Amino acid sequence: MSTREWLLTEQPASRRQARLGQSYRTWLAFRRNRLAMIGLGIVLALVAVALLAPFISPYNPIVGGDLRTERLLSPSWQHLLGTDDQARDILSRILHGSRITLLVVALVAVIATPIGLLVGTTAGYYGGWVDTVLMRLTDIFLAFPRLILALAFVAALGPGIENAIIAIAITSWPPYARLARAETLTIRNADHIDAIRLQGAHSARIIWGHVVPLCLSSVIVRVTLDMAGIILTAAGLGFLGLGAQPPQPEWGAMIAGGRRFILDHWWVATMPGLAIFVVSLGFNFLGDGLRDVLDPKAQK
Amino acid sequence: MVDTTSGEGHRGALPALAWKLVKIFASVALTFLGLLLVTFLIGRVVPVDPVLAVIGDRASQSVYDRVFIELGLDKPLYEQFWIYLQKILSGDLGTSFLTKKPIIDDIARVFPATLELATVAILIGTSFGIPLGVLAAVRQGRLSDQIVRVVGLIGYSAPIFWLGLLGLLVFYARLHWVAGPGRIDIGFEYSITSRSGLMLLDSAMQGQWGAFRNAFSHIILPASLLGYYSLAYISRMTRSFMLAELAQEYVITARVKGVAEWRIIWVHALRNAAVPLVTVVALSYAGLLEGSVLTETVFAWPGLGQYLTNSLQNADMNAVLGGTLVIGAIFVGLNLLSDLLYTLLDPRVRRR
Repeated sequence: MSTREWLLTEQPASRRQARLGQSYRTWLAFRRNRLAMIGLGIVLALVAVALLAPFISPYNPIVGGDLRTERLLSPSWQHLLGTDDQARDILSRILHGSRITLLVVALVAVIATPIGLLVGTTAGYYGGWVDTVLMRLTDIFLAFPRLILALAFVAALGPGIENAIIAIAITSWPPYARLARAETLTIRNADHIDAIRLQGAHSARIIWGHVVPLCLSSVIVRVTLDMAGIILTAAGLGFLGLGAQPPQPEWGAMIAGGRRFILDHWWVATMPGLAIFVVSLGFNFLGDGLRDVLDPKAQK
Repeated sequence: MVDTTSGEGHRGALPALAWKLVKIFASVALTFLGLLLVTFLIGRVVPVDPVLAVIGDRASQSVYDRVFIELGLDKPLYEQFWIYLQKILSGDLGTSFLTKKPIIDDIARVFPATLELATVAILIGTSFGIPLGVLAAVRQGRLSDQIVRVVGLIGYSAPIFWLGLLGLLVFYARLHWVAGPGRIDIGFEYSITSRSGLMLLDSAMQGQWGAFRNAFSHIILPASLLGYYSLAYISRMTRSFMLAELAQEYVITARVKGVAEWRIIWVHALRNAAVPLVTVVALSYAGLLEGSVLTETVFAWPGLGQYLTNSLQNADMNAVLGGTLVIGAIFVGLNLLSDLLYTLLDPRVRRR
């Protein structure tokens, strides 16, 4: 029996086989979606580039070359994407900038997802006034446009990549809380939850050990869908000078730096923008495909 | 946001619709209070000492103490919030450090520019987004559906400030199709008297067609870019609403009766999809406020977004928080509007 047959069997012999088989079927459905596969490719490429940046960059991203002869060179074989006003190789800066982008996305996801999950499941599980208070709070945060609230937070905390990450995380969790609450409402009266309660489990244990895992997959899809938005918000903050500070090769800040030269040296601002565009397109394709595969409502 | 339980427990005293409206307004009032609390707390965590911002850092200790008490910083936090609340509700957002004017006046001055930009943008986004969404739904799974989907996803993915810069480079600097940054050429600036603050409206009403053309060629590029963003959202939502409607039985009935297909799509189905679409359009109008911050920066558009970023760069915290609060309030207002429209337009919600 080949691995494929073992995975696709109608009568799995063990729980592990059933679970792996289910994942394999999801993967097969996902693989049929061409856009989603392109997205996955782009995201994997981003991770690879971020890991390998020091090895594959042809030049130093922070220290430029000779200011007299190597400033604002147009793209050529020496400098594939040209150089900026500090005679730095733009390709090397973009490759290193992928680390900042990945860091922002990863940290925001790691901070915002648990907050959203905790708030949403707690509200949904307890119901009553706990639910009212927590969801009112969520609505208040949803009432600000995200970039504007992040702007106000960064303005208060001071510019910098750490504060930008905190600000984006603070503004990202409310939709996850909404989603987790909706999921919890359908789960909380299930028989297995009642059984655990009868065994005397504490509410915190039920929420964290039994409700949260069931909400996780839909929240993760939502986070993936949001990642492009997170990247764009971070780039927007960088463009306004509130994110990563120079000489850090943050893509949004690089566009701001190249803005003065847009008419005569178009590549300085264009290339980092292209990087942002490709990466967020990748996350959007991936999230779109994931939703089609994992959302039972979309499957008809 | 359809609350399925509303009205059930309160029958008798008031009709369901009135109860629903009361509930919506109460929740908006609470949300607005929350907005104020958030901006108040952000204002409190600023590392800048509010006293030093008033007196400068060379004043003596006694002056410092006096201003400290004048600003009410010695009072407990909840009392300070109460004072803040009273000030805001009487329309006092404080004074801008940069322009030395009341922030509310500053915002009233710059707001029409943003309103004009966002309105032209939403007109563009809606008039292209809805037909594209309908097309995608009708041709579900086919090539045109895929193309609409990709066009939408591109809109979701491109940073708007980058598209703006490229647009200026190509359409202004190279092709000379549109005018550059700003709202209008300096030559026209004083030829029209400002009534509504909306340049297109003012110039058209005064018959200044040269100025109108000039203002139009200034607004068309930033508005198209902003509109593209709302187009992405509107076309996607139109597609899913239309798919739901086209699967309904009344569509089959209409087909059996021999109604022309275009009539089924554009009259029968779209009319039913229009109710939730109103909500979507209102929400994307609110979303444009967010996009306008970055767009206005790129296009030197003298609106609320540019005011906000200017204040940010000059550490004018009062103005930043004032602007944030106004945008938040408009956002809440548009949400309220979309809720109300939904309630009033959909007979099913109304009856519940």
